[in-house]
Amino acid sequence: MQEEDLTITSGKISPTGEFLFQKGIRLSGLLIAGLVVCILITLIFQSIPAFKHHGLSFFFSTKWDPVFSEFGVVVFLVGTLLTSFLALLISIPFSLSISILLGEYLKKGWISAILKSCIELLAAIPSVIYGFWGLYVLVPFIRPFEMGLGIIPYGVGIFTAALILAIMIIPYSASLGREVIQLVPAELKEAALSLGATRFEVMTQVILPYARSGIFAGILLALGRALGETMAVTMVIGNSNFLPESIFSPSNTMASVIANEFTEATGDLYLSSLIEIGLLLFIVSTIISVIGRYIIKKLSIQQQHS
Amino acid sequence: MNKYKLGLLTGLLVTGLSVAGFAAQILGAGATFPYPLYSKMFSDYNKLTGIEVNYQSIGSGGGIRQILSRTVDFGASDGFMSQSDLEKAPDTLLHIPICMGAVVIAYTLPGISKQLKFTPDVIAAIYLGDITKWNDARIEKLNPGVELPDMPIVVIRRSDGSGTSFIFTDYLSKVSKTWAKEVGRGTSVSWPVGLGGKGNEGVAGLVKLTPGAIGYIELVYARQNKMDYGSVQNRSGLFVKPALDSIEAAAVVDIPADTRISLTDTKARFGYPISGFTWLLVYQDQKYGNHTLKDAKELVGLLNWMIKDGQAYAKPLDYAPLPKTASSKAAALIKSITYNGQPLM
Repeated sequence: MQEEDLTITSGKISPTGEFLFQKGIRLSGLLIAGLVVCILITLIFQSIPAFKHHGLSFFFSTKWDPVFSEFGVVVFLVGTLLTSFLALLISIPFSLSISILLGEYLKKGWISAILKSCIELLAAIPSVIYGFWGLYVLVPFIRPFEMGLGIIPYGVGIFTAALILAIMIIPYSASLGREVIQLVPAELKEAALSLGATRFEVMTQVILPYARSGIFAGILLALGRALGETMAVTMVIGNSNFLPESIFSPSNTMASVIANEFTEATGDLYLSSLIEIGLLLFIVSTIISVIGRYIIKKLSIQQQHS
Repeated sequence: MNKYKLGLLTGLLVTGLSVAGFAAQILGAGATFPYPLYSKMFSDYNKLTGIEVNYQSIGSGGGIRQILSRTVDFGASDGFMSQSDLEKAPDTLLHIPICMGAVVIAYTLPGISKQLKFTPDVIAAIYLGDITKWNDARIEKLNPGVELPDMPIVVIRRSDGSGTSFIFTDYLSKVSKTWAKEVGRGTSVSWPVGLGGKGNEGVAGLVKLTPGAIGYIELVYARQNKMDYGSVQNRSGLFVKPALDSIEAAAVVDIPADTRISLTDTKARFGYPISGFTWLLVYQDQKYGNHTLKDAKELVGLLNWMIKDGQAYAKPLDYAPLPKTASSKAAALIKSITYNGQPLM
């Protein structure tokens, strides 16, 4: 088989073609890496004026006042982390259930096909549509709920933003989760079944442990999406620059303050401070992704040993 | 390898074409508020003269930045440029007023059909967080006969930097000392209370959806969204409804030759007090970069048309046209535009 394959390929692609192809893919890979580095350099370079002016107080101040040129990032940092992780928390039960359903119980058939395309469609909806839907449909439902809790019924706030984000990120973790669950070798499952395990036991003791690093990778991808989401969040978070008192308080995120204020930021220091927020968002995303990679690695090593 | 050459050639050709297309049109960027008016004006101007105007509504701040770096032929802004910004410019910049707009106080109060009245003090107190309920004695006193509910006031404002916010905070800074000291004026400020909506449509959405909400918004948007908005007491003590004639009336004051004047809280007797000009920004001397004499003439022609024939487009789109006092000043400014020191008209 292998020899046959080789003759076929060598008949079609000449050595120079092979060479060019290799160079080509290498170049495009390097180009992307170079782009990321260039973005980082630009962010660092442009945030120098802000850093010189505020120093470390930028990272500890909760005040954001463009009129008096006082800039602190704490509120936005807290808002970003709170909405993203809350969204993740809300989305995990759903995305995991969908992954298991489509990966193990409902692999074929029209119901599965419909479900799959619905989830893919969720990922294709533009975020501004999510934002408007949140504002006009979700918020009126949240408001009576808040009234029942006895808090000021703003309707918009961290909780609403997290709900919208959760819906937006489900497709990412669900699709990857489904893929890895389907990749679990049939022999393993059959072996467990032949030992008398129930389907539930196969799921919890064979499939999920085997697929966990992949499932986690999907969750990480979803988190990345949540951290950077701008438009939908901006429309339902309330854009209020105060530290939240509860998860129903209006707040603000790093991405949304950049989107909101960048176009009208006339002063140099103001602009530079906004870019410094961008730099911080870059760093936060990197840290989370590095930690995530470490966890994925750990999960897969254990998997090999057990 | 031939394919590469072909690709390169096509690439060059496309760039060449787009550069050629670039030079044949007038480029502008800036304020979002007059965008509906400008796009209508420019499309009809193109039909009339064949001159294409490409306008990007990127916001007043962006418009100022772009004209300062000379990447556009004109900038557009809802607030006039500060002295320090003008000093950053490589050459003298002119402010040409084009039309007027107003910021209205919109609200959603179920079951109340009568137009509410507001005084400057009450508006400032609401936005400072001093008045928190609709049935506050200070609001009730202004609106006898209206059953104001015992409902918390949900304060809504813009979350994005905007000329609308500038006009509104400029007004509040003039009428309230506390506001001027603690918050100040700007396209973005540190708001003491409230929720932020993105853009006029975001504020309109939040105000319409939230019972008990109050928000400031451009008149155009309030009318298009059929929202309730209040009358505001002006400096002469009259409660004035925001309408095209009362906005125009706000400009019945002495306008300086450079037209850089804030029209909030003016002495004009019948004027609506939260009004303002929106300007185009152009360099007084048009010989810079690759500008030719023909380009300069085309730009001056466009500006002249906008402050004269173009004014007919304003009212149907809910913008207030330039009052006579302002349009004569604008004409004088356009007349002062030169090319390499030589007058163009």
